[in-house]
Amino acid sequence: MTELRQRAVREPDAPPEDKESESEAKVDGETASDSESRAETAPLSASADDTPEVLNRALSNLSSRWKNWWVRGILTLAMIAFFFIIIYLGPMVLMIIVMCVQIKCFHEIITIGYNVYHSYDLPWFRTLSWYFLLCVNYFFYGETVTDYFFTLVQREEPLRILSKYHRFISFTLYLIGFCMFVLSLVKKHYRLQFYMFGWTHVTLLIVVTQSHLVIHNLFEGMICSNLYYHVHMLLYNNNNKKAFHRTPPPFIEEPFSKHLNVCCVPGTRFIVPISCVICNDIMAYMFGFFFGRTPLIKLSPKKTWEGFIGGFFATVVFGLLLSYVMSGYRCFVCPVEYNNDTNSFTVDCEPSDLFRLQEYNIPEVIQSVIGVTTVWMYPFQIHSIALSTFASLIGPFGGFFASGFKRAFKIKDFANTIPGHGGIMDRFDCQYLMATFVNVYIASFIRGPNPSKLIQQFLTLRPDQQLHIFNTLRSHLADKGMLTAAEDE
Amino acid sequence: MLELRHRGGCPGPGGAVAPPPREGEAAGGDHETESTSDKETDIDDRYGDLDSRIDSDIPEIPPSSDRTPEILKKALSGLSSRWKNWWIRGILTLTMISVFFLIIYMGSFMLMLLVLGIQVKCFHEIITIGYRVYRSYDLPWFRTLSWYFLLCVNYFFYGETVADYFATFVQREEQLQFLIRYHRFISFALYLAGFCMFVLSLVKKHYRLQFYMFAWTHVTLLITVTQSHLVIQNLFEGMIWFLVPISSVICNDITAYLFGFFFGRTPLIKLSPKKTWEGFIGGFFSTVVFGFIAAYMLSKYQYFVCPVEYRSDVNSFVTECEPSELFKLQSYSLPPFLKTVLRRETVSLYPFQIHSIALSTFASLIGPFGGFFASGFKRAFKIKDFANTIPGHGGIMDRFDCQYLMATFVHVYITSFIRGPNPSKVLQQLLVLQPEQQLNIYKTLKTHLIEKGILQPTLKV
Repeated sequence: MTELRQRAVREPDAPPEDKESESEAKVDGETASDSESRAETAPLSASADDTPEVLNRALSNLSSRWKNWWVRGILTLAMIAFFFIIIYLGPMVLMIIVMCVQIKCFHEIITIGYNVYHSYDLPWFRTLSWYFLLCVNYFFYGETVTDYFFTLVQREEPLRILSKYHRFISFTLYLIGFCMFVLSLVKKHYRLQFYMFGWTHVTLLIVVTQSHLVIHNLFEGMICSNLYYHVHMLLYNNNNKKAFHRTPPPFIEEPFSKHLNVCCVPGTRFIVPISCVICNDIMAYMFGFFFGRTPLIKLSPKKTWEGFIGGFFATVVFGLLLSYVMSGYRCFVCPVEYNNDTNSFTVDCEPSDLFRLQEYNIPEVIQSVIGVTTVWMYPFQIHSIALSTFASLIGPFGGFFASGFKRAFKIKDFANTIPGHGGIMDRFDCQYLMATFVNVYIASFIRGPNPSKLIQQFLTLRPDQQLHIFNTLRSHLADKGMLTAAEDE
Repeated sequence: MLELRHRGGCPGPGGAVAPPPREGEAAGGDHETESTSDKETDIDDRYGDLDSRIDSDIPEIPPSSDRTPEILKKALSGLSSRWKNWWIRGILTLTMISVFFLIIYMGSFMLMLLVLGIQVKCFHEIITIGYRVYRSYDLPWFRTLSWYFLLCVNYFFYGETVADYFATFVQREEQLQFLIRYHRFISFALYLAGFCMFVLSLVKKHYRLQFYMFAWTHVTLLITVTQSHLVIQNLFEGMIWFLVPISSVICNDITAYLFGFFFGRTPLIKLSPKKTWEGFIGGFFSTVVFGFIAAYMLSKYQYFVCPVEYRSDVNSFVTECEPSELFKLQSYSLPPFLKTVLRRETVSLYPFQIHSIALSTFASLIGPFGGFFASGFKRAFKIKDFANTIPGHGGIMDRFDCQYLMATFVHVYITSFIRGPNPSKVLQQLLVLQPEQQLNIYKTLKTHLIEKGILQPTLKV
């Protein structure tokens, strides 16, 4: 999740939140043990603490408000540049970055829990939290690896065993942690320990599942027409000797990526949703800054309806433009695949229908306005409208949730990692639901289950089950009239 | 989760035998600790108040004998209170066992309903504890939201189950087709609606409470709902996969209690002072033997062994099939030392009995950790029982705490060692694809099957 952007909407929240929290809790003495909460420090000094000296000196002349603006602005640009570099470096690096972000988010939330419950000295607890993180990550990464590196996994014997009994191994590891927890219960601290246990699990639920859905989006593509090739390779490897009397389809000859570590960027599914959320943040802030008048929700007093609606429209337009630009390039729209021969990732395919220009009739109303009867668009752009709408309408609820959380626990920011912005979680709070939504959306509307995966599963069934499924499929296709007598032979 | 049994082995502070003073001591100790650790921060006056106030203010649950029917009370009025308690528990145990058998007799559908009912009751019990702990009865919306989330998650899981097992039934109905196809999206939208309602319901003075209850609800859902759905999945695999694990846990409870009662000497764990090593080990061996025998007896009947299927022609669940390899008697040659003891060369066993040893071992060794977890939970929140539903035993959760991990274990065990992916699920996913893709897959599969000789090329149907 390389979404490290200026959460500009958040920044103006800070001062009034502080005032409110100060008036609410006159004795907000948590700072004693909670140096990170900074509930009583001015926002500026908090961010300036981490700001490099260079920036401090350069901006020392400006008034404090503009100084803050500049610090945030510079950091924003730095993060955007970082985002582009990471994308350039390819899917493996992105995966690693996502993992690091996830670990950091987990760490931040757990630290808040420790601070809230003063549970630094609980026996074993730090170890157990990290252990559970490791278990859950092992489980998810194992499933991902098994899915996407299927042929590689089948070849290597130790990997094959690990993947065959993957669930059992993960469950055993989790159980060990559970038993350790039970054994570590100490008489005076039962409640605290249960709280931390619950806290850890909820955090895992939020952070780890979301990050794995992001990685899933990263790797998933649509059905490309090299399905045949993929399946062919599967069956060929499974049978191991008998060759099919077909040569591999001709369009997979030179993997694109051999020449081209330059352009191989993981696809639209990953970049468009994240950019929509980012854009919504920035646009809502801008609109709110210039036109904001009516407050939106008591929870975040600086958000305004003008910002919300303006951000919505701006994001939809941005999404349309971005998806138009990206759909044109093959390296964005193809699924990432593991190529056995070159032992590397390839991003090459024949783009599916979703990424081919099609003509759409404009409804009457707009026809008169624009003066054009039809328009050429990628179908993906229609989907991007749905994604942008979600990002602008429901995404902010993730932000409100995080605001409520911070108020509930009397903290200003999740942590102090990024100067001017707070912790990593502050940057990602609007992304909470986006990754899940994209995943569900893709699975429901754009494509169904992955056919090559289905074939893999089919091959592991018993022969009588295979026959039963085959016959059911045949009768189903015959009902639909898809089977001609010639094809049935 | 049909485990309604004499909770002999996992008492915690259950039953009238647990001395209240222990609870009082624990309460006092914890209270002191928490208030002393609060001293450096006034901030926690606001929330530490909450915690320490709650510690001393939680009412003790009234003794369970309040619920005992008058009849029983009169009949047992002669006995001393200890034996009276014993008898009440014993009678309730027998009642629960009989209800269990009755429902098994009535079939899989009733079992499913029973599991659903138990799940809802467990959820209710845990949520009620949360309300009491956090005094959040008057939080806006919260009861509604908790039940709403329960409904969403159940909808999601049952939808997946229904789609898998009722594939043929579903194919016929057009509206169901639509619901199945977009099932995930619909479930997600429902959940999101609940999430947004939660955010909108945040009230200024009660943020922390509301977040606590939100988290409490989610963890409870995680525990109760997922476990119950794994139980149902196990049930569909074959009733024996449902019965043997559950009865192993029950047997372990009872035998561990009995062994502890007669031979118990060395305490097992500080958390549950009434458990003993003798009970633990004795329970382990008896459960393994019990599982072995039960597996042997149940493997003979198709009713228990066959996967549950829904047949559209008879519009009900049927369990008829050719029993798989697992349930056919096979000859095993005994290792040498057993040969001399038993004076036989080979023995005929169902392969399932070997698996039942693994299941029983888990039930006796790891299952009790679920019980310790629940004991710790009850001590942490100063409650004696989860609720007061069953006289002599406490709440439903008290009965099922040792089952927590069993259902997950059985499910993982089945998917890892017994069978691969679910064929009906593969079929259902196939039917959801686009027709062109289906055609492609059809051709590929056909080639593969002919290759393997499963399908005759000349066969024209």
